[in-house]
Amino acid sequence: MIKIWLAEIPPRGRLYLGLLLAALLAAPLFIDGYALSVLVLVFYFAYLGQAWNIMMGFAGQLSLGHALYFGLGAYTGAALYVHFGLSPWLGMLAGGAVAAAAGAAIGALGFRFKIGGVYFAILTIAFAEFTRILFDHWLWVGGSGGFFLPVTGGRGGNDLLGLRGSPTMFYYVWLAATIGVLILCRALLSSRLGYFWLAIREDQEAAQALGINTFRYKIFAVMLSAALTAFGGVLYAFYNNNLFPSAIFSITRSIDMLLGAIIGGVGTLMGPIIGAFILTPLGEALTVLLEPLRDLGIKLDGIKQVFYGLCVVVIVVFQRRGVWPWLWRKLGLDGGAK
Amino acid sequence: MPIEVYLNQIASGALTGLIYGLSALGLSVIFGVCKIVNFAHGEMMVIAMYAALLAFQWFGLDPLVSIPLVCALLFAAGYALQAGLINRLIDVPDHMQFILLAAIAIAMVSGCLMIFGPNAQNVQLDYAYDSYEIGPLLLDKVRVLAGIAAISVAGLLAAFFRWTWIGKAICACGDNIVGARVTGLNVKHLFALAFGLGSVCIGAAGCILLLLVDVQPFLAVEYTLLAFVVVIVGGLGSLTGALLAGVLIGVSEALAGLFIQPSLKSMFSFGLLILVLLFRPQGLVGKRA
Repeated sequence: MIKIWLAEIPPRGRLYLGLLLAALLAAPLFIDGYALSVLVLVFYFAYLGQAWNIMMGFAGQLSLGHALYFGLGAYTGAALYVHFGLSPWLGMLAGGAVAAAAGAAIGALGFRFKIGGVYFAILTIAFAEFTRILFDHWLWVGGSGGFFLPVTGGRGGNDLLGLRGSPTMFYYVWLAATIGVLILCRALLSSRLGYFWLAIREDQEAAQALGINTFRYKIFAVMLSAALTAFGGVLYAFYNNNLFPSAIFSITRSIDMLLGAIIGGVGTLMGPIIGAFILTPLGEALTVLLEPLRDLGIKLDGIKQVFYGLCVVVIVVFQRRGVWPWLWRKLGLDGGAK
Repeated sequence: MPIEVYLNQIASGALTGLIYGLSALGLSVIFGVCKIVNFAHGEMMVIAMYAALLAFQWFGLDPLVSIPLVCALLFAAGYALQAGLINRLIDVPDHMQFILLAAIAIAMVSGCLMIFGPNAQNVQLDYAYDSYEIGPLLLDKVRVLAGIAAISVAGLLAAFFRWTWIGKAICACGDNIVGARVTGLNVKHLFALAFGLGSVCIGAAGCILLLLVDVQPFLAVEYTLLAFVVVIVGGLGSLTGALLAGVLIGVSEALAGLFIQPSLKSMFSFGLLILVLLFRPQGLVGKRA
C-alpha cells in the first residue's frame, strides 16, 4: 500500500522526504537539549494540526474548540495512571474513546440542529470553555490547582510502556506519532470515507443528493479528529507531567493547534507539518533574537503569539491556500502526479 | 438572607449587564452590517481599557471623561482594519475570515501582554466607594454611572441609525448589499464606517468597564466569549436584544455568584449559550432567518 503512495510522489519529492526523515531520525545524536525540545514542539504542532485538518481540511467542519478533546485525552490518561496505575497506552485508548464520544455528541447536536458555519465554531468554543470551568472545580483531578504526574517512575531508564523516560525517548514517540498520523491521513484520502469527506466539503447538498449520508460521515470526521487529538493530549500529559485546566482547555490552545495547518495549507497532507516546521523554530528564534528588547521593559512572553498571528494575517492575505502548494511548485515537484 | 441582599445583587448585576450589552452591541453592529464575526472583540475592548488607563495615569482623566477620546481612537482603528484589510478579503471563505480575526486577536492580546505585562491594573477614583440609597436598594455610584453611560451610548447609536442619512445607508448595506450597490452607495466605505461604529461601542464599553474591573490582557478572551454569549442569546443583529440579553447575563452571573460559587458563574453563561444555539439559534428576541 505504502509502496503505491510513494510511487505517486515524484522522484525528487521522495528524495526530499527521505532526507528529511533521515535527518530527523539522526537529530538527537547531534543537537542539544533545547533544540530537541523545539523539535518536540514542532511535532506537537504538526501532529495536532494534522488531527484538526481531518475535520476542517477534509470534511470542511470548522472547530475552534479542539482543546476540549486534547484536554479530555490528557486528563483521562493522566487520571487513570495516577489513580489506578493504568498504562498510558491503555489510557490513550480510554482518552480517545472519551474524546470521540464527546465529539460525537457535539457533532450530533450541531449537525442535527443544523447549526452551520460560525455558529458551529462558537458551539465548539462554548463546550470547551464549559469543560474548562468544570475541570477547574473537579478536585479528583486537582481542580484549578493543577494535576501532577509523578516523575519518579522511570528514573535511570527509558520505560516506553510506562511513557516515563528521557526527552530523547519522547522525541521519538512524538516523531512516530507524527509519521503515523501522516500515513493514516494519506490512507484516508484515497479511501471511500475520504472521498465522501471531500465531497461534503466541496458541496454538502450535492453530496447528499448523491446518496452520501452527510450527517454520519461528518460525525465520523469529528470522532476521528477528536480521538487523534486526545492521543496527542495523553502524550503531552506524560511529557509535561502537569496539567492546569486554564492552560489545557484554553481557547488559545485551540487556536494554536490550527495555526500550523493554516500556514502550511488547509486540506493538504504536508501542510500541517510544513506549517509547524516554519512557525515553531521561527517563533523560538525570534524570542532569542529580540532578547535585547527585554532591557527596554518589553516583556517577550507574548512575542511568539504576536508573530504567529501576523503570519496568519500574511498568509490569508497573500497565499490563501497555504505555503505548501507554493513550496510544492518551488521545489519543482509539480512535474509528476498531484 | 434578607430580600434586600437579592434585590441589591440583581440591581448591580443589571447595571453591569448594561455594559455587557453595550459591548455586545459592537459585535452585533459589525456582524449585522459587514457579516464579519469579530473574534478580536474582547481584545479591542482590553486595548480600549488600557487606553483609558493610560489617559488616567498620564493626564488624570476619569475613564468616563476619556470615553470620547478612546472612542475616536477605536473608531479610527476599526475603520482602518475594515478598509485596509477585511474589505480586500470579501471573497475569502467564511472560515478563513474567522481564523484571520482570531489570529489578529492573538496578536493583539499578546501585544498587550508584552507592553503592559500580566498584572492587573486599575484606576483609583475618589468616588469609588460612594453609593446611593434608593428605597431598600444600596447602589454603588460607579455602577450607576456606568449603567447611565452605557444606556446613553446605546441610545445615541440607535438614534444615529434611525435618523441620520449615513446611519440609514449603513443599515441598507446590512439588509441588502446588492440593492445598496445598485442605488449607488459606496459599500466599502459604509462597511468601514460600520466597523468603526461597532468599535466605538467597544471603546465606550471598555472605558466604562474600567470603573468596575481591573484590566489585564487575559480578560480579552473572556470578554470575546461573553459578547458572543450575549449577542447569540439576544439574537445576532438585534440592538434591543443585545441590551436585554446583556442585562439577563449580568443578573444571572450576579445571582450565580450569590447562590453558588462566583468562579462557576460563567459556566452558566456558556450553558445558556449552548442551549440557545441548539433550541433557539435566532436568539431570544431575534427573528427567524
